[in-house]
Amino acid sequence: MKSYNCLLILLFTLLQNVGMAQDTIDMADTMRSNGKIYVVVGVISIIFLGIITYLIRLDSKISRIEKKLNKTAE
Amino acid sequence: MFQETKPRSWISKHWWKASGAILVMYSIVAGLLGDVPVLPILHESVRNLYFHVTMWFSMLAIFSFSLYYSIMYLTKSNIRDDINAEKFANTGILLGSLGVITGSLWARFTWGAWWVNDPKLNGAAISILIYFAYVVLRNSMDEEQKRAKVAAVYNIFAFVLMLVFVMVYPRLNQVDSLHPGNGGNPGFSSYDLDKNMRIVFYPAVLGWILIGIWISRLSARAEAIAYEQMTIFTKNKIDKNNEIL
Repeated sequence: MKSYNCLLILLFTLLQNVGMAQDTIDMADTMRSNGKIYVVVGVISIIFLGIITYLIRLDSKISRIEKKLNKTAE
Repeated sequence: MFQETKPRSWISKHWWKASGAILVMYSIVAGLLGDVPVLPILHESVRNLYFHVTMWFSMLAIFSFSLYYSIMYLTKSNIRDDINAEKFANTGILLGSLGVITGSLWARFTWGAWWVNDPKLNGAAISILIYFAYVVLRNSMDEEQKRAKVAAVYNIFAFVLMLVFVMVYPRLNQVDSLHPGNGGNPGFSSYDLDKNMRIVFYPAVLGWILIGIWISRLSARAEAIAYEQMTIFTKNKIDKNNEIL
């Protein structure tokens, strides 16, 4: 019986330690709760969409030149 | 001249570009806001998986396209294939360099140094150098058929070396690696990449591959126009000279 108790205590302390370890890992919870992470998402999205817009414009420009050259070749 | 036999609708022409942009956009929003596993050392930086690792996956895909065009050139000797092979290789180098730089930044804040002696880091750096050599070799020759042929052969060689350095060498049992899945470290499939991360990671890879193809094709089309203009120009010049003679 005594050994069982010992084992149980050991197990509980271990579990508690695991729980503690999980609690002490900091994730950016304050940033999230303040809602500021959405600003970062917005900024990165704007930059990415800007690059995509640039690619679209470049694409249409090249298509226009190709069309023009096709016409002159005929 | 620029193959466009029948007019196609906007969707059939551009659907893959749009889906690439949407997939990457989704990975930015879901990647920053979604749930990630709580892990020591990594903390929130585990989200880099959606941006750093995707660079490597898309680099492999883009280099495969480059290899395909090189093989096509060697079988058909069409200069368009050579142009495509070069532009896809350039995009692959861009993605690989971004992978090295972002990996270096990530390593600084998780492993403690900008560069560690890890087989994956060194293998990736060597692969990028091998492709730099491809660019230098291709640009060192003037005669266009010869340049295309030598570059195509070297590209096949470079692809195989790249696979060995990026895929095989870090997986050897004798080498130790800090990367997950290598040198005795637990891999992607065990706990690193849980279900929440998978539904962001794989779309992100696909999106970056599509955007990589888009960038390469744009650059190849511009080069094809320049090439076409150049041949017309030199032909006119030769005709004129013949008239004078």
